Amino acid sequence: MAQLQLREALRRAMSEEMRRDERIFLMGEEVAYYDGAYKVSQGMLAEFGDKRVIDTPIAENGFCGIGIGAAMAGLRPIIEVMTWNFSLVAYDQIINNAAKIYQMTAGEFHVPIVFRGPVGAAENLGSQHSMALESLFAHFPGLKVVSTADPADAYGLLKTAIRDDDPVVFMESELLYGRSGEVPDEEFLIPFGQAAVKRDGTDVTLVTWNKQVFNCLEAAEVLAKEGISARVLDLRTLRPLDEEALYRCVAETHRMVVVQEGFAFAGVGAEIAARVTEACFDALDAPILRVTNLDVNQPYATNLEKLVMPSVKRIVDAARAVCSR
Amino acid sequence: MGEAVAPEVVVSREDLLVWYEQMALIRRVEELAAKAYTLRKILGFCHLYIGQEAVAVGAVAALEPKDQLITAYRLHGHALAKGISPRAVMAELFGKETGATHGIGGSMHMASKEHEFWGGYGIVGGHVPLGAGAAFANKYSGDGRVSITFLGDGAAQQGAFYEAICMAQLWKLPAIFVVENNYYAMGTSLERQSFLTDMSKRGAGVGMMHWQFEAFDVVDVYRNIKHAVDHARSGQGPVLLEAVTYRYRGHSMSDPAKYRAEGELDTHKKEHDGLKIVENRLRDLGVSDDEIKAIKDRVAEVAKDAYDFAESSPEPDATKLYDYIYAEP
Repeated sequence: MAQLQLREALRRAMSEEMRRDERIFLMGEEVAYYDGAYKVSQGMLAEFGDKRVIDTPIAENGFCGIGIGAAMAGLRPIIEVMTWNFSLVAYDQIINNAAKIYQMTAGEFHVPIVFRGPVGAAENLGSQHSMALESLFAHFPGLKVVSTADPADAYGLLKTAIRDDDPVVFMESELLYGRSGEVPDEEFLIPFGQAAVKRDGTDVTLVTWNKQVFNCLEAAEVLAKEGISARVLDLRTLRPLDEEALYRCVAETHRMVVVQEGFAFAGVGAEIAARVTEACFDALDAPILRVTNLDVNQPYATNLEKLVMPSVKRIVDAARAVCSR
Repeated sequence: MGEAVAPEVVVSREDLLVWYEQMALIRRVEELAAKAYTLRKILGFCHLYIGQEAVAVGAVAALEPKDQLITAYRLHGHALAKGISPRAVMAELFGKETGATHGIGGSMHMASKEHEFWGGYGIVGGHVPLGAGAAFANKYSGDGRVSITFLGDGAAQQGAFYEAICMAQLWKLPAIFVVENNYYAMGTSLERQSFLTDMSKRGAGVGMMHWQFEAFDVVDVYRNIKHAVDHARSGQGPVLLEAVTYRYRGHSMSDPAKYRAEGELDTHKKEHDGLKIVENRLRDLGVSDDEIKAIKDRVAEVAKDAYDFAESSPEPDATKLYDYIYAEP
């Protein structure tokens, strides 16, 4: 079993798939000659050449659309957005075209494409470079949305995304690209819609994904010292959503906190709380609480940014609150 | 890359007869669609192509069946020219199961993989990168295909259009972009929405081969598109064309088109009507009035058959509502 950084796991997934299937190519800003803005695609130009590892101009709306057209013609593009923050100028392409074409054309055209890149706040990047945008993409039928941080999960899920015949929004984390984890040496795929229990517990379930998984694991440690046994459920994919896992956890722990980077208003956390409450009201011993960004766009200064983001302390407080009822 | 002048071409009597019949069919199908709309058999938006038929027919004549065609929401003419049956088009407008996209796409979004008709997009300019993407795939696969993307003069102000032509030229993609300048972006006339009134000149800014041509005569359309297609297919890169045309109807069915100058529409109908121009060409080639009438009668029958087919077809099967959200649910 090798220790791989997140960026290495992602690169291994892309490279293996590109060796397997000539139709797959990687396109985006700085993916080729610069070796990737965050070095995810390092060395891929050297292996695959500039026909299949393609630098674009800074024109997300254009190159996301070109990727969609290429997918409709039978290729299988991987489009790297340098960060998901920049995807908003391509939101029309991803929503109005990628998500809808299979349905609008009643199945005449498929869009097998992966849009991938880092999401969420890194550190001190200010208002326009710190957004957690999962909720904006998970809102629409037609897209599949992955947001994950563990290297092994990212490897297995990216391979699934590349082989999937539908458009997949794949969200990584800038802060975690250099973080290592164990990835089995043999090839494996992880199906969409399967959450993973990252720490077991019996008193409360902390539901989360992407880098908040690590805050939740830390919070679970703190809670354990107080005698509260917290389970950490990593959703990994938000569409399809593993509703069964959510309902099973509530049936077993009777309390739930959703930890979501980004805003609470109309967010994925709100959707989870609503679905679980609708389906499992009688199993709940306390209302589901959410730990999210404060309702303010990202400030630059460190103290203010820390205040805005979900923290171990806020997760612990929320878990204590639901467990005290 | 500069401007070009398409060389003269000789078009056979047979080809001209086929093109005339296609143009007449598009017009007749849309006249019946307009009628159905007033009877509330067709609902929502319905953007008619009447007046512009020469563009779609002349362009498709210059393509091979394997070439991809993508357009915006004024698509009935392109769909018919690319080979979708009048029955499938009309039934789609009626929102029926037998429509090209089973009543899901509607007037703006019908498509057919078999005919490489890529549909039908309702966000102005948003489809232009997809046309460039088709050309990207053609070059990547080396399969000798070209893509042709139609857009309106309004879409030529959109950023998506500009980004698409930037990369199409940068990568020398086998793509043709045709701005159908029908003089109105919805209700805003050309000179009120763009300082530059020849949209082909947008190509100069990205170094793309480009030119403008009058697109009332189907032979002119064929000649110019063919020249562009030959350029793109031979690996010399994309072409941006402006086809000067005119639409007779409003932007959509609810638009009485009061923004036109007085007499403007009548002048166009008298001097620039595509069907009349071909009829004159046919007469010059010795085609009799009786033969022309026979074509008109045949077209009227086909259009009527499509109307009756659409009307008598069943509504979409509601049990299939979720069938097309994901290819792999």
